[in-house]
This record gives sequence, C-alpha cells and structure tokens, in this order.
Amino acid sequence: MFTATLSWNDMLFLIEGAGTTLVITLLSLAGGTLLGLVFGLVRAGAPWWLNAPLGAVLDAFRSVPLLIQLILANAFKPIIGLPWSNFTVACVVLAVYGAAYCTEIVRAGVLAVPVTTRRAARSLGLTWRQDLTSIVFPMALRVALPSWIGLALGLMKDSALVLWLGIIELLRSAQIIITRTQEPLLILSIAGAIYFALSFPIARIGARLERSWNDRD
Amino acid sequence: MHYSFHWRAAFLALPDMLEGSLVTIEIAVLSIVIGVAFGILLALARLSQARIPKAVALTWIETARNTPALLQIYMCYFGLGSLGIYLDSFPALLAGIAFNNAGYLAETFRGGLNAVPPTQMRAARSLGMSAPQAFRMVVLPQLFRIVFYPITNQMIWAILMTALGLTVGLATDLSGVTQELNVRTFRTFEFFSIAAVLYYLIAKFVTLGARLLAWRLFRY
Repeated sequence: MFTATLSWNDMLFLIEGAGTTLVITLLSLAGGTLLGLVFGLVRAGAPWWLNAPLGAVLDAFRSVPLLIQLILANAFKPIIGLPWSNFTVACVVLAVYGAAYCTEIVRAGVLAVPVTTRRAARSLGLTWRQDLTSIVFPMALRVALPSWIGLALGLMKDSALVLWLGIIELLRSAQIIITRTQEPLLILSIAGAIYFALSFPIARIGARLERSWNDRD
Repeated sequence: MHYSFHWRAAFLALPDMLEGSLVTIEIAVLSIVIGVAFGILLALARLSQARIPKAVALTWIETARNTPALLQIYMCYFGLGSLGIYLDSFPALLAGIAFNNAGYLAETFRGGLNAVPPTQMRAARSLGMSAPQAFRMVVLPQLFRIVFYPITNQMIWAILMTALGLTVGLATDLSGVTQELNVRTFRTFEFFSIAAVLYYLIAKFVTLGARLLAWRLFRY
C-alpha cells in the first residue's frame, strides 16, 4: 500500500511534456531556419567586412554552452525590462542557437553550387532573384537537407535544456514524476524511449535521403 | 533601466572560475579518451559478424545519438540508483558524456575504416608485411588523418556538454563554480557572462591547438 506505481495520468503527463518539447522544437526550428537562410546567403556572397563579423558572432553562439546562453538570456531579460515569458526566452535562444548552425548549412549548400552554373543562368537572362530561386535553391537543397534534418533533431535533443528555466517539457515532466514514484530508471527509460521514437525514424529518413542523392550523382 | 552592473565582484572571482575551467577541461579530456577507446570498440563490433556484440553496439550508438545528452547524464546520476549503483555527480557527468562521445565517435570510426580502401591492405600484405604490421603502418595513419578533425569537433562538444554538470549538482567545474557564486550574490548576468567568455576561450584554445597539431602531424 505504500508503493507508488506509475499511473495512466503519469503517462499523459509525459506525453504532454513531449508535446511541449515538440512545440519548442518546431518554433525554434522555424525561427532558426529563417534567420539561418538570411545569414547563410549573406555569408555566401557578402564582402568580407560584413562576412567576417557575422561569422565571428555566429561562431560565438556555437562556442558557448547552450545552458549558459539560456541562463544569460533569462538574466538579461529583466535587466532591459523585456516582458517575455520563460517560454519565449527559451524559444528565442534556441532559435538563435539553431540559426548559428543553419547559417553554415545554408552557406555550404549555396557554395556547393558551381559559380559557372550561376553565371550561365545569369547569362541566359535570369535575374538575380530567379537565379536564386530556380537554380541555387534546388541544387543547394540536395547538399543541405541531410544536415538540416540533423539540425532539427539536434534542436529537439537540446530543447531538453530549457528545463533549467522551469519549463515543463519531456525531461522535466519525467523528473517531476520521479519525485513522486521514486523510480528513476523506469521513468527515464520511458522518456528516453519517447525521444528515441521521435528522433530515430527522422534520422533514418535523413540518412536514406543522403545515400540515395549521393548515389545518383 | 534600474539595474546597475557589478563587474568588480565578478572579476574578483576570476581565479576561482579559472580553477573551475581546469576541472571542465579535465572532464572533457577524460571523456574524449574514454569515448575514443569505446568508440573504436563499438565501430569494430558494429562491423563484425558476431550477433551479440553487433546488437550491443547498435543499441549503444543509436541510443547515444537519438536521446538528449542531458537524459544520458540523468540516467547515470539518477537512473543507475535503481540498480544500486550510486554515482557522485563528477563520475556521473563523466560517464554520461563519455557514453555520448563513444556513440558519436563510433560512427566516425566506422566511416574512417570504410574510407581506407581494402586494396591498400592487400598491397601492404603483398609487400611482405604481416597483418598487424600492415594495419599499424598503413591503415592506422590514414584512419587517424580522417578521424582527427571529427575527434576535435567532438572535443568541443564535450567541453560544451560539461556545462550540464550544473543540472546534476556538480560544483567544481566552471559552470558549477559560477552557479555557486551566483546563488551567493544573485549577480547572475555578470558571473555567467564571464563564464561564457571563458567557455569561448577554452573552445578556441582547443581548436587552435588541434589545428597546430594537425599542421605538425599531417604535412607530407
């Protein structure tokens, strides 16, 4: 009678946490991709005086632990009087963090398109914008998509760190249940299985895409 | 804006934080050494025909790559308690990061082993080398050249992952020391800014060192 067991409510609580994890991942991925697309195009084509500082700033986001970035942003928020919720802060930090990686992915993709191809497009009369949308993007996508899928999965795994800001996502909800049931191994395994189930199929699709596209060349 | 920054107190704590940085580097280096050792074993097990080692290697690699590093560290710190294994926060963090490193590095080594053409081995054997000799003198140097850059990358990841020690109550590494100072003074922004700069410098230092080493080792 004194043994606490895992109830159906606990499972629902975990699934709710997984939902929060997914929402944070999707929001930050969308923001990060948008920013990364802009920065990546700048990095691929801008003159050095714009390129170098942008690269250095984005590199800083990749060289400081995400947890420290979250803590810093959360501490900076009241200093400048920003009325954001912790959830917003977490999404923004993750988005900027994702953008730092996405920039390099986009840049590598764009630079993988041969300059001669782009010149040929322009000399056929395509405008800069047409060249970008119908020549560069389709060709860059092949190079960039597998890495981008990796980034999406990376963001999902890194989103576990937002528990430090008190957001109840999958890992935090697991921790809360552990404080009641005192069965850390079981609950963490279930949380791990949920992460695995979300991540593994997408990782396999990414690997298959990469292989089939490499074979075709 | 009514906040006044207090940088002086933060700079006075710099010696403590530098000491914490050494612990951070220590954890990262140890986790990479353990990770490389297990990574090679996992890669060989994955490529082998034996079923049980292959299954163990696959489970390890896919778990390490498809769950958050924080969950792996929690598993070592909280989860192993259910099995009667009680790890302190330092070994738990080290074990978690090493587990993660091994999973990622195993794939690196597998790719490296596949990238050295089997004809090289045959050529070496036909020149009269024994199999271990050929592996050591022909395959291994080429393998090392291929995996060197991914290993340094993983080293940076390991450094960044050590900050997760905060979540399992490690108080001696850079983020732990910073958090101790933070709860005493509530100057979160100042202390963690300095910690961020130190992490950045450590990462750059490692990158630079690796580049110098690569330049020294890999010139023809």
